[in-house]
Parts: sequence; structure tokens; C-alpha cells
Amino acid sequence: MEKYNLTAHELIEQISKKEASAQEVADSLKKRILDVDPKVKAYVRIDQPHQTAIQENNAPTAVLKGIPVSIKDNICTDGLNTECCSKILAGFKPPYDATVIKKLKAAGATIFGLKTNMDEFAFGSSTENSYFGPTHNPWDLECVPGGSSGGCAAAVAADEAILALGSDTGGSIRQPAAFCGVVGLKPTYGRVSRYGLIAFASSLDQIGPLAKDTRDAALLMNVIAGFDPLDSTSVNIEVPDYTKALVNDVKGLRIAVPKEYFVEGIDPEIKGTIEEAINKLKSLGAECKDVSLPNTQYAVPVYYIIATAEASSNLARFDAVQYGYRTADRVKNLIEMYNRTRGEGFGEEAKRRVILGTFALSHGYYDAYYLRALKVRTLIKEDFDRVFKDFDCILTPTSPTAAFKIGEKVKDPLKMYLSDIYTISVNLAGIPAISLPCGLTKKGLPVGLQILAKPFAEEMLFRMAHTYEQNTEWHKLKPKL
Amino acid sequence: MNYEAVIGLEVHVHLKTKTKAFCGCSTEFGKEPNTQTCPVCLGFPGSLPVLNKLALDYAIKTGIALNCQVSEFTKFDRKNYFYPDLPKNYQISQYDLPICNDGFLDIEVEGQPKRINIKRVHLEEDAGKLIHKENKSLVDFNRCGIPLLEIVSEPDMNSPQEAYEYLTLLKSTLEYLEISDCDMEKGSLRCDANISIREKGVTVLGTKTELKNMNSFKGVKDALEFEIQRQVKMLENGEKIIQDTRLWNAQKQETFSMRSKEEAKDYRYFPEPDLPPFIISKEKEAQLKKSIPELPREKSARFMRDYGLSNYDAKILTYSKIDALYAEECLKAYANKEKKLMANWLIGPLFSEANNRGCNLSELKIAPDNLVKLIGFVEREEISNLSAKTVLTEMINSGNLAQSIIQEKNLIQISDSGSLEAIADEIIGANPKSAQDYQQGKANAIMFLVGQVMKKSGGKANPKIVQEILKRRLENA
Repeated sequence: MEKYNLTAHELIEQISKKEASAQEVADSLKKRILDVDPKVKAYVRIDQPHQTAIQENNAPTAVLKGIPVSIKDNICTDGLNTECCSKILAGFKPPYDATVIKKLKAAGATIFGLKTNMDEFAFGSSTENSYFGPTHNPWDLECVPGGSSGGCAAAVAADEAILALGSDTGGSIRQPAAFCGVVGLKPTYGRVSRYGLIAFASSLDQIGPLAKDTRDAALLMNVIAGFDPLDSTSVNIEVPDYTKALVNDVKGLRIAVPKEYFVEGIDPEIKGTIEEAINKLKSLGAECKDVSLPNTQYAVPVYYIIATAEASSNLARFDAVQYGYRTADRVKNLIEMYNRTRGEGFGEEAKRRVILGTFALSHGYYDAYYLRALKVRTLIKEDFDRVFKDFDCILTPTSPTAAFKIGEKVKDPLKMYLSDIYTISVNLAGIPAISLPCGLTKKGLPVGLQILAKPFAEEMLFRMAHTYEQNTEWHKLKPKL
Repeated sequence: MNYEAVIGLEVHVHLKTKTKAFCGCSTEFGKEPNTQTCPVCLGFPGSLPVLNKLALDYAIKTGIALNCQVSEFTKFDRKNYFYPDLPKNYQISQYDLPICNDGFLDIEVEGQPKRINIKRVHLEEDAGKLIHKENKSLVDFNRCGIPLLEIVSEPDMNSPQEAYEYLTLLKSTLEYLEISDCDMEKGSLRCDANISIREKGVTVLGTKTELKNMNSFKGVKDALEFEIQRQVKMLENGEKIIQDTRLWNAQKQETFSMRSKEEAKDYRYFPEPDLPPFIISKEKEAQLKKSIPELPREKSARFMRDYGLSNYDAKILTYSKIDALYAEECLKAYANKEKKLMANWLIGPLFSEANNRGCNLSELKIAPDNLVKLIGFVEREEISNLSAKTVLTEMINSGNLAQSIIQEKNLIQISDSGSLEAIADEIIGANPKSAQDYQQGKANAIMFLVGQVMKKSGGKANPKIVQEILKRRLENA
């Protein structure tokens, strides 16, 4: 078996037994990328495959020794291109590592690949909004891999990555994980440092793992989670050993199934698959009950006001003064430099969101849009608080459909926005959620099961997901490439 | 028509913290451009702010000293606007929940007390500095991120003098708290003014203009004077005042319009998502309250009480905390119950020496006891006032004691009538016109003759005795 086929925990074992070396793993992965990435296009700078020097790190803390980790293009890596797949950041090499990258390096991991593809600034659900062009779903190359962390998910699914770090603002880890049949976790807001993650919407963004199975996701979480004095929104709560939560037992656990997630818009095939997954967990001893999250319907509008408002401000810094793309045209004055640079540097979706957000914050509209959205956000959070009083977790589909065709929704932003309808509430409430593979459609596309838990209850997610995984084979399926 | 001005001031001060408001960079002034920067204050993608807790403490202390309500719950907001000296193109500031609000400062104008209400005190970050060279513009980000306190008064001032008094007391108060250098030249204190005029007795506010770019308190006063005249002229000509932002040109001594209200920006304030709100506990407030020193007005009142000084003298001596400290040591060391002479020495020669040297009183390095000794020579009429000032300068320059300087320079006053009479006769003889003037009733003419005698004696003559001799000689002639 090729090294690239293996999971991180399998490779860790081989490396510790000296049956494999970090170099062999990296070489194997490189070969795999050269083989399949021309079809998948999970990485954006395939012509210059990069990896940091493999460090001999024998410290007991080097729990990911020799394990390659692929990084989304919006997480800063010292001296390595970090461009958010946007023309406006062309050639940007951050002078520092994100906190998660520092932690990975300290854990002996290899920062691999220059870097995974994404929707520009994470604006999208299909990875079609990348300046570098779309990524293809390894299960059906005519389909999207989901987004915005589509590069991460496709790379893990196609065995072009062992582990990947993505970011999730409204579903950007979980939805592509579902579309590509891998495991993706959005941690509790504040669980993982955002320092070095190029912000989309600061109050919603979280970095999280994409992996081949729950154990790998737990291993990566063990490394990246924790308080960071450089991120005032990170929370100082001790990080448990998440691998300890990987037990095969859900007996007596109380699962809530929100009825709002199974109404109009959901593909009947997805509905059926999720119901089977619920039945499976019931048969393993979990108790399931229908509940209501009445404010679910407001999640998409609330999200697109808050996220675009924050984004409009976060993206203001791309002004060509210090770094990034600057218009080649001779300009008459400062305003023209701003206008040309931003007009040429941002893609269509980025412009749409900056304009939407600017509008929502404008004088005279703030109360009607932004302030109101903040209030409804609180209501959405209270919906969850209420349910978590009586339940250990909530089960939903990750997405109302399986992967759609490339180009299918590009012309209809609203339709595109609705593909995140099941993932967005989680970010608004700041709670953790995991997506894991739970079936295939008739066309052979993966379906994702989403599990939600209360803040800082990632262990519950791992326990539930791992038990499901132990009793099914879905996570072992691989696309034919 | 009789008009009244309505003035409100917006003061920005740099806080004297070692590091910037939201990162660990140094705040030191005058370093090579862009040497005190990091990804956070340069607004690099992915970087995040972390609040300097000391800056928050300083803001709270200021609020307490300005009699404000300290907010239990405060948060930061983003003020969005594009400018190259602002690397994120938003400033972290405070919008609806400032750290402190509703305070006041009691000033004194021509002996009359007046309360100036303070609307709010909030914390924000400073921007960088643009440097224009030929056809290039460069940015220095060293200043970017330095904690800045904005103190906004209510429009409670009705004259440029009141504005001047308010600024003076505010600066003095902030210096007492040791939270800012308040140096307008270095830009660590900046002041903008809002001003409108209205007919006396009318309560409705007139259309206001905002004045910027004043580089000194005097500049603020001058700009306000000019603006009042300009607005009065417009109203009297039947013109309407246009709400605009105006820049003060100190050379031309006039204001000119920078932008009108129609061009005013929409800053799109919203809560800064990178900084969770802060809770300021009552315990914290109480703890900081304890650290507040005696403030200028309290100290000045005490100086009046304890040392019998006049309001005027006490105010001058307590304007600066460090000078007040030295002054009080001197007042204590001076055994005489009547302290006026010591106060005069401090306010006159000592302040003048300190001013010339650009330092504070204690930096003159005159131990209070030695100053008292010097004054003793004057009191015993052993040296003249004039000589004493020379001795003081020499004490500062050489570090020697008064006694040895007086001996060395042979400054002991000539009070011996015999030798002074000879000089007096000589001077009267040489200045018959002045002598005649005095004799014909111009009492002041004698001062010229006294001066001449003093000069002749090398400043050593006792002026009192000289005057007596001259009078005697002229009146008996």
C-alpha cells in the first residue's frame, strides 16, 4: 500500500516503528499530487510543490512527527505565499506564521503544499470563486468539491493530503467535507486561535481540521486547539486529549433532530440517507427525539448581513499601499489608485459582499440591518441553548444536496448561499459541529452527516462520530481517479 | 448686535504607555521611520489586536480625575475610512459605549468659577504619519497604534479665554496623573474646536464650524477669536454660516474651509469583533481611584490655605506637578510665616531661569535650603535684589552656594552712607536735567538717578538707601 493512502494515525505508527520516514511520506504524497492533481486541482501552486524542511523533532510533544499537513491559502505561513486565492494578494508572503502553523511545526508536522485552493477570501460554497480556477470533486470531476475549503476537502479525499487545515465561517469546512466524503470539524468559536487566519468575518471564523477519519481529526485538534494570548477571542479553557473521546459507545446519549432541517429544499435522497444514519445510531443505543429550532429560517439572511458587514471592513486593508496587487495603470490620485486596484484585484463575489456589507453598515441602515441581525443572532443562539439543556447533540444533514455541477449555481448567488443553509446557524451560535461521511447518492456522490454540540463539547462530537464510524464503512470508501 | 460664542473642545492625548494600544511595539518618539512596527500595527492580514491593559487603566484614571461615570461595560468599535496612514483602513475606536462619560472640570475665568461639562472620554489608536517628498508620499507607521485618549467637552465655553483656561487645567490634570506628556509640539496633545455664535440671550444653537490644525493653546485661542469675528461678520452681512471643517493657518492668522458637511464621511461604526467587550469592576475602579494624586485645583486650594498664598500665586505654582512639588519644599524650608517673598522668587527668577533652560524647577538643582539662604541675604539687605538674581544664575551654572559666590564676587551691598553719598553727588552733578525734573515735581525722575547710582556701584549699592540719600540731597538743595 502506498503511504499516501494511509491515515495520519497509521503513518504515525509506521514512523514510530521506523517502517516509514517523513521523507518517504512526503515523496509518496508528492508523487500522488503529480499524478492526480492536474485533474483535481486541489492545490494552487502545483508547479512549485513546497514543503518545509522536515525537522528531526523527537520531543515527546512532536505528536505529528513527519506528518504532512496541507494548508488553506488563507492561513499565514512565514515566507510562503498566502493569497486567499485572490489577485489582490498576488505574491503576498506573510512575515509570520499563524499560531496554528507554529503549533504544527512544534508538533513536528511538515507544512505541505503551496497551498490548497479556496473561494476567494472564503467567499463561496463551491471553490469556483478562486482566482486560480475551480477545484474538481474527486468523486465526479464535473462536480464542485464544495467550499470554501474545497481544496482541502478534495486533497484529503483524493489522497493528495494526509491532513488539512481549513477555515469555516458559515460551513466552509463541513460542506466541502460532506461533498468530498471526508471528516471536517468546525471547532467552538474561541477554541482555536485565529491569529494568522486572514479574516473573512471575524466573529464567525474558525480554523479546523479536515481528515480521512475521526481519529485523524482528533489528533490534529489536539495540536491546534488552545488559548492564544495573541487572539483576544480565544478562550482560556484547558484542552482535553480528544483521542480519549474516541470510544465506540453512544448508549443513552440523547440526540435531537430538528424538524426545520428536513423540510422544503432538501433532496429526498439526502433526507433518506440521514434518516438511515439516525436509525443506525438508535440501534447503537442512542435516544433520538424530534425538536424545533424555530429561528432557523432567519439564519441565512442574518448570516449574510453580519458576515458581509465584517468582511467589508476586513477587506478594506487591501489598498495596495503596503503589499499585494497594485494596478499597473498610471493613476492621477489616491482615490484612483484605490479604485483601480480594488476594481481589478477583487473577484465578482468579493465585490458583491463588500458592497452588501458596506450598505448594511451605512448611516441610516445600520439599525434596520446590522443591529437587527445581531438581535436575531442571539435568538438563534438561544434556540440551541434551549435544546442543549435536554440533549447531548443535534443531528442534521450537512448540506441539502450532494455536490452540484461546476457552473450550475455560479449565475445565481442566492441559490449558492442556500447550499450553506444547514451549516450557517452553527457559526452564528459559535458552537462546534462535525461532518462525516454517511452514504453515497445513486450517482455515487458522498453525503455528509452533521453533528452539533454545545460550546466546548468537541469530545461529544468525536464520541458520536467515532461510534458511527466504527459501525459503518463509509469513511473507507475512496473515489476512483 | 451682541453675540455670544458657544465652544466645545475635542482633545486627543497620547498615553504614556511603553507599548502601543494593541501590540507590543514601543511608543518611543522620534525613532527612524517604520522601525517600531509589527504585523499588528501594520494591519497585516491575519494579525489581531490585543488591548494594552495599562492604556485602559489610564483611561479610567482620567475619567475619575475628570469626575466622570466609569462604564461597567465598555467595548471597541471600528471606524471605517480609507487613508494611507491607516493601514487597516479602519481605526479601532469607541462609538456608543466609551470608557467614561458625563464628567466635568471646574475652571476659573477672571476669578469666577465655571463648570465645563465633559461628554465622554474614550480610547482609540493613533494613525501613522504621511511624509510628502517632491512628488512622492511616504508613510511612517511608528505612531500607528499609539494609544490615544479622546476627551470631548460639552459646548459649555463662551469665550476663547474660557477655552484657554479649560485646556490649561485639562493639560495640568493629565500631567498630574502622569498618563501623558501632553506635548503639543510632539503631537502628544491635539485639540479640535467646535464653534458657533448666537445672539446673547437666545438658547437655540447657531450653525457650528469645526476648527483643526491648531498647534498651541495660543493657536486655539487665536483661531477661535478669528472664527468668532468671521461668523459675526457673516451674520451681520445677512449671510448664512455653512457647517464645515476649517483649518487654522497660524501664519496668516485665519481659518479656511477644508470640507463641507455634505462631504462628511460615513464611518460605518460597528462593534470590533476582534476584541470582546470589557467589564470594569467597581473594585477595579476603586483601586484606580486610590492611585489618583492630589489634583491641581486641590493643591492650589491647599497652598492658599497652608501657605497663605494668593489665588493667583497658588495657581501658577501648582500648574505643573513637578514644579509644585519643588515649590512646596521651598515654601516649607522658608521659615518666615509670610511666604509671599518665597512665592515671588519662585514665580519670578526661578521660573524665568527654568524657562530659559527649557527645564522644570527641580532640574535647576537648587536645594530649597540654599534658595532660602540666598533669599536671606536679600532680606538682611546684605545684597541687592539685582545681585541676588545674578547669584542665582551663578548658583545654577556652577552649583556653588550663595555665600561663596557673594564673597567671591564681592557683592555685599554698600549700605555705608558715606561712600554712597559721594556717588550720589557725582550722579546729580552729571544729570542736572533729571535733578531739576524731580525738584519740579516729577517724582519718577528719581528712579533714573537711582539706576545711575546702582550702575556706578556695580549693582552693589543698596537701592533703598540710595533713594533716601538722593531725596535728601535734592530736597535740601
